[in-house]
Amino acid sequence: MADALLSSPFFGLTLSAAAWCLGCQVQKKTGFLLCNPLLIAVALIIAVLAVFRIPYASYAAGGDFIKLMLGPVTAVLALNIYNQRVILKENFLPVLAGCLVGSLTSVGSILALCRVFHVDEALAASLLPKSVTTAIAMGIAESHGGVAGIAAAAVMVAGITGAVFAPLFARLFRVTEPVVEGLAIGACSHALGTTRAIEIGPVQGAMSSIAICVCGIMTSVLALFL
Amino acid sequence: MNIMAQAGIIFGICLISEGISALIPVAFPASVIALLLLMLLLFSGALKPEHIKDLSGFLVANMAFFFLPPCVGVMEHAPAILGQLAPFLLISFLTTPLVYFVTARSVQFLIRLTGRKGAEKHG
Repeated sequence: MADALLSSPFFGLTLSAAAWCLGCQVQKKTGFLLCNPLLIAVALIIAVLAVFRIPYASYAAGGDFIKLMLGPVTAVLALNIYNQRVILKENFLPVLAGCLVGSLTSVGSILALCRVFHVDEALAASLLPKSVTTAIAMGIAESHGGVAGIAAAAVMVAGITGAVFAPLFARLFRVTEPVVEGLAIGACSHALGTTRAIEIGPVQGAMSSIAICVCGIMTSVLALFL
Repeated sequence: MNIMAQAGIIFGICLISEGISALIPVAFPASVIALLLLMLLLFSGALKPEHIKDLSGFLVANMAFFFLPPCVGVMEHAPAILGQLAPFLLISFLTTPLVYFVTARSVQFLIRLTGRKGAEKHG
């Protein structure tokens, strides 16, 4: 019977939903940024698979259904940017130029550091999109021979760094204008940084969520030239 | 609009994007093509936010859930990451303030530049 249970796609689906709900509850109880539901759920699932010696393929039978939804999840980000169209129109040039420079800096510095540290190609392709939001980063990594999960891990490191240190960066680099601060947070730390930007101010939050989309698209285009 | 109709629209856009991604000769993620296509439809007015609002809201609100399987998939690549853990963490961490700094400075520069132009016009 155990075989029948483990080979069913419902195994991966149930385990994912349960681990996710637990992760959300831990976050709610602690309110601590590192107790991110995704981080906790991933650790839980890996622990369950390791302890019961369940092969990854059994989990993937159900997990693949969830992964399939990454396309629609990325697509509907379009609605976010559409909803911000008024503030986008007011700041069109700074948004476009700022996101282009930010994406270029991100891709350029990652490539340079990968050379310096002799990082292998698969890891470099996974690190490349680390400044953009997970859904887009996974797509970029996979279409360039990287691993979606490693990209997600790098995205999370960047996101947590931005979310924790955004106010410090603003003081350190003497950034006072809300538009500038929002764009810089969104460009370097995507959705996780945006949650912090929203706390800092409404303009910062709006600009940051615009930067997520624009930087994601620009990085996908830049990656074409590598 | 009916939730199944919303799903039909969003899935249909993803399907067309997979087709476009297969046709173009470069490695461009189909999901980003779908994002661009949906942006085009919304900004042109061909599609109203009401047509996809409920399903989009659900997907965005639970976004990180859909990242679970690829992240669990990292365990299959554990030796590759663990062997290069230090550069992995250093690169992910160090480039973040750099991107913040360069983006902030260039936007500041641009705002001052266009602001000065505006002042000249009025002066």
